[in-house]
Amino acid sequence: MSMAMTGLRRSRRSWAGWWFVGPFMLVFTLVLIAPLLYAIYLSLFRDSLIGGTHFVGFENYALAIVDPKFWDATGRVVLFLVVQVPIMLILALVAALALDSARLRFVPFYRLSIFLPYAVPGVVAVMIWGYMYGDQFGLVADLNRWLGDVVPSPLSATFILPAIGNIVTWEFVGYNMLIFFSALQAVPQEQYEAAEIDGAGALRTVFSIKLPAIRGAIVVATIFSIIGSFQLFNEPAVLQKIAPNSISSYFTPNMYAFNLSFAGSQFNYAAAIAIISGVITMIIAFVAQSMGSKEQK
Amino acid sequence: MSVMTSNSAEPRDTEAIVTGRRPSRLASGRVAQRPVRRTRRTSPRRTRTSITLMIVMSLMLLYSLGPLFWLVVNATKSKSDLYTTPGLWFGPTFSLFTNIADTFAYDDGVFLRWFLNTVLYVVVGAGGATLLATLAGYGLAKYRFPGRKAVFAIILGALAIPGSVLAVPQFLLFSKLGLTNTPAAVIIPSLVSAFGLYLVWVYAAEAIPDELIEAARLDGAGELRIFFSISLRQLAPAFITVLMFAVVATWNNYFLPLIMLSSPEWYPLTVGLSQWASASASIGTAPIPQLVITGSLLTVLPISAAFLYLQRYWQSGLAAGSVK
Repeated sequence: MSMAMTGLRRSRRSWAGWWFVGPFMLVFTLVLIAPLLYAIYLSLFRDSLIGGTHFVGFENYALAIVDPKFWDATGRVVLFLVVQVPIMLILALVAALALDSARLRFVPFYRLSIFLPYAVPGVVAVMIWGYMYGDQFGLVADLNRWLGDVVPSPLSATFILPAIGNIVTWEFVGYNMLIFFSALQAVPQEQYEAAEIDGAGALRTVFSIKLPAIRGAIVVATIFSIIGSFQLFNEPAVLQKIAPNSISSYFTPNMYAFNLSFAGSQFNYAAAIAIISGVITMIIAFVAQSMGSKEQK
Repeated sequence: MSVMTSNSAEPRDTEAIVTGRRPSRLASGRVAQRPVRRTRRTSPRRTRTSITLMIVMSLMLLYSLGPLFWLVVNATKSKSDLYTTPGLWFGPTFSLFTNIADTFAYDDGVFLRWFLNTVLYVVVGAGGATLLATLAGYGLAKYRFPGRKAVFAIILGALAIPGSVLAVPQFLLFSKLGLTNTPAAVIIPSLVSAFGLYLVWVYAAEAIPDELIEAARLDGAGELRIFFSISLRQLAPAFITVLMFAVVATWNNYFLPLIMLSSPEWYPLTVGLSQWASASASIGTAPIPQLVITGSLLTVLPISAAFLYLQRYWQSGLAAGSVK
């Protein structure tokens, strides 16, 4: 951020900048700020059959924080992020370090191939994996035909969360790998030379030079993954159609808010749920960020 | 859009900016240093290829490409082969072209309609998002203006808000404006790319010397003219990176169109396909899994091709943005 500021030294202070920032801010206001204010407004009202819409203060919030469905959903995404995010980021980190190690051939081929799933629409990714998980013409069906029903169905209630975790990992491991790889490529060569003179081995170099050097990228990737986990919607929503018994209408906070709004027309309560869930996300992301930067000192 | 095409039509120019020119200390330090580093590291060490790493990476490769291989294989199967032959290899009949024809013919050719809708959303939404983000990122990096700090604080603050909080009120607001179930309801929210703004802003601060802008001003060029004729060229790698990611985000968008649109004639591919898939899963309708699979393949192909084709550009842009 400080780097960006230095560019300003010579520019004149005038309104000219608004020519450039104005159009973005206009759309930004319409698409982000107005709905946000509207969500806060909505969450303070209730629409009842008798009496119409009336102001209820924080009553929707009071209901939401004792709503077992909401906490069920929140607990599930917390469990998801505690397990899935570390697995995905460690895989991405290992892949990025391997690409950067100079001990691998065909680096561009690996890099692009592993990144390719990111370009696959989430919905299509879920459909591919959903078919593969399925017992009709999926891989699970094939395995069970050969081995005699040993693989439990990934679409059963017990295994649906890991099954979703696998899909999300598949979609985003390459993206995170690319972020880490780009950061690794920017580490100054002199640092490696110094390490070599000191006689540091490859693993030592990884832990004492490479990982600390890309800490910033790791923190950013972690925060984005946390936010992504809390917003989980596409994967369970699409899978629900082939596994309706394993995925409830309140499987994640986002699905709960969506179903309250569009299946139940409870827009006011849905707005309160969405805001609480957003605040929890921001708190967790903030904690992750301050933990990440504290260790740096 | 004309800006985009004029940029991508001159690959040599953009490449020269990435590798040859040295726009500023930092950018040249990062970008120009890389080839130097690579030659050093490759010469003596390359011979020591690690078998362990190769095995690990091959497993990753299998994991990443396996499902895509499954998709390609199963798109070539007839409906009956889908159920009777193993998933990971081709069936006795090769029905890819029949499947493609059937996909486009099903339900009065609605798939083509979804395809064209998606193209419309991508061209206007992602193209517009890239242009707006580039303008704003450049403005924040290179101008001081009243309210700049406020703009800054608002964007950063709003970035921390998870998108899902906004979905329902966005829908309600747009429905009050009479915009729901129209292309505008999908396009307008796609026009904001905060990630794009950030990337361009970081990139512009380093890649465009203030002296260059100052010199153009002394020559009497207006601010917008300076942007379009000078600065935009310098920003090309960042611009293409933002464009690529905006295209992917728009092409793959599901939640927003799902909320905003109610009639299938405006669906993008993602929403349309998932509806085909759920129609296949429910009882009472004729299942069409071979069309869902072929349609999925047709959805994945253009975006993957664009990604691979433009990779030189977006990788250099991403490299510049990700190190901050």
